[in-house]
Amino acid sequence: MDLKTLTFVVVGLSFALYIGVAIWARAGSTSDFYVAGGGVHPVVNGMATAADWMSAASFISMAGLIAFLGYGGSVYLMGWTGGYVLLAVLLAPYLRKFGKFTVPQFIGDRYYSNGARLVAVICLIFISFTYVAGQMRGVGIVFSRFLEVDIVTGLLVGMGLVFFYAVLGGMKGVTYTQVAQYCVLIFAYMVPAIFISLNLTGNVFPQLGLGSSVATGEPFLAKLDMVVHDLGFQEYTSGNKSMIDVIAITMALMAGTAGLPHVIVRFFTVPKVKDARSSAGWALVFISILYTTAPAVGAMARYNLHATMTPGVLTGETFAEGNGLNYESRPDWMKRWEATKLIKFEDKNGDGRIQYYNDKSKDAEFNAKVEAAGWKGNELTVDRDIMVLANPEIAKLPDWVIALVAAGGIAAALSTAAGLLLVISSAISHDLMKGILTPDLSEKSELLAGRLAAAVAVGVAGYLGYNPPGFVAQVVAFAFGLACASLFPTILLGIFSKTMNKEGAIAGMLSGLIFTFGYILYFKGIFITPMAENIPANWLFGISPEGIGTVGAILNMLVAFTVAKFTAPCPEHIQHLVEDIRTPRGAGAATH
Amino acid sequence: MTSPDKKSGEAYWKATLSLLTVILILWFVVSFGFGIILQPALDSIHLGGYPLGFWFAQQGSIYVFLILIFWYAARMNKIDREHDVHED
Repeated sequence: MDLKTLTFVVVGLSFALYIGVAIWARAGSTSDFYVAGGGVHPVVNGMATAADWMSAASFISMAGLIAFLGYGGSVYLMGWTGGYVLLAVLLAPYLRKFGKFTVPQFIGDRYYSNGARLVAVICLIFISFTYVAGQMRGVGIVFSRFLEVDIVTGLLVGMGLVFFYAVLGGMKGVTYTQVAQYCVLIFAYMVPAIFISLNLTGNVFPQLGLGSSVATGEPFLAKLDMVVHDLGFQEYTSGNKSMIDVIAITMALMAGTAGLPHVIVRFFTVPKVKDARSSAGWALVFISILYTTAPAVGAMARYNLHATMTPGVLTGETFAEGNGLNYESRPDWMKRWEATKLIKFEDKNGDGRIQYYNDKSKDAEFNAKVEAAGWKGNELTVDRDIMVLANPEIAKLPDWVIALVAAGGIAAALSTAAGLLLVISSAISHDLMKGILTPDLSEKSELLAGRLAAAVAVGVAGYLGYNPPGFVAQVVAFAFGLACASLFPTILLGIFSKTMNKEGAIAGMLSGLIFTFGYILYFKGIFITPMAENIPANWLFGISPEGIGTVGAILNMLVAFTVAKFTAPCPEHIQHLVEDIRTPRGAGAATH
Repeated sequence: MTSPDKKSGEAYWKATLSLLTVILILWFVVSFGFGIILQPALDSIHLGGYPLGFWFAQQGSIYVFLILIFWYAARMNKIDREHDVHED
């Protein structure tokens, strides 16, 4: 069977699995639709949370980012896992005790204000749509590369599938399909990682392989440091960002993770407060399997890439004549990926060989050697997204592994897209319609409204995936920055401060939101041209737009406390509500 | 007026907050401390083929996060029972 047919079969089988699970777990009530009936086992919920959280970005892009950033990629690893500690100890158990369906509903009830609820709905919709556009794009890329179908066809198939199980099954259907998707994606991620680790270091665990030695006896990381250094790049194990910025970005990713609505609502589905605590731990167990493997995948992919393009670099003969890979005899995987334009070669010095190095190096000694060797600039551009997708081909793994990676990428994108569509639809049907506009909606009409909202959201997401606003990459900073600066501090204060009042919360949320939104807009210029160059010299306190959510969160809390001090105190019955949230006893099933 | 119920509620909350503080200090130390601020210094020590600061940033902090959450969950269950606020 050729690779394409095999990929169709593997992806088709995974789709059949998801559809089967969705039919088995369809929703019958609003409680099923919003919180899966509230009876999900903590380990099952942990697994579903892991699939919900690990998106196309985690599966496809993260290892590639780490491959090119080296130590600098640590912000994603620590940020996207450390957030679960915050979630487990600061938010999840208390929100579970509160026992309602949605995040805006908590904010509206705790701050006794439909205005606060509306602001929360706006934050939620913005954060979630940003995210979902990226997922749909991921589905499109995988379809067009591996199945060689038109990107529109790929998108339509993906949308149809998500529509089917999110709209039919609600939270219940999504939960159990996410469990199936987790199994597919983690298997697809681990198999090539284990093969590659065995090949390079002889260690079956990639986590240990990264700390082992290569065949010649040198530690792998030391060898990789030498390889990238000899090609003029920054050493792999050291960073080049300022410490304050690294701290701010890590913090923004952590608090942003804890404040993402589609992750928070997963903890509304477990039966008890106790389960919400342990479920966060289980989620992190399942996430860690991928997140501790990703650094190994990144480092080894980078090593293999240099070893392929510049074989002599492994023996210290970087500049020897005839060292670069002869373009005519390039491997098949490179030809296949050239068609997608994600890898490009331009023969600048006309020698027919590939020179892949850092032509922006400031090392005079290195530049002199480059000059002497007759290199006329870097000739290869590699998109970081192909590092995971092309990895099995680069490492010459069997065809079924390549097909599996395609199915895994699609599973990661679909599971996250479904979770996001669900929080968007519940924010519209439950918070906006039932909560604010038409409070006398019957349960049956609310369920219908929820399904209609999910259907519309799928359509919008598909459109955004086909027609990506050229700024998908930039808006990711938005999603985390906004979650970190708006929702996270407001929920936190709602639990840990009994005296925080409505005025303080709304003023805080708005100032965090507007400040962060404005700062990112100022440097990244989404919709408008940037107003200042995005360089460290221009940044506030030396913090980049990726990390500014941290400052936004601090501002949110400062404004909230100041405003609360000068306005009417929080009513007695709300203070009792907060006391009640803080103790686990009496947590019933989630209700309206 | 302070009812005995309220008093026990305050003691429970105090116990919760002190556990929280310990967890968050450890969370901060392994990631921001060992993984970022002290990374350059720790890198001169090696753990197998890993420079130690790099290991904390890309592996170690994640393992510690895991231990922290399960430890928190177990400790909280105990605190719940001690203050008689646990679920059935």
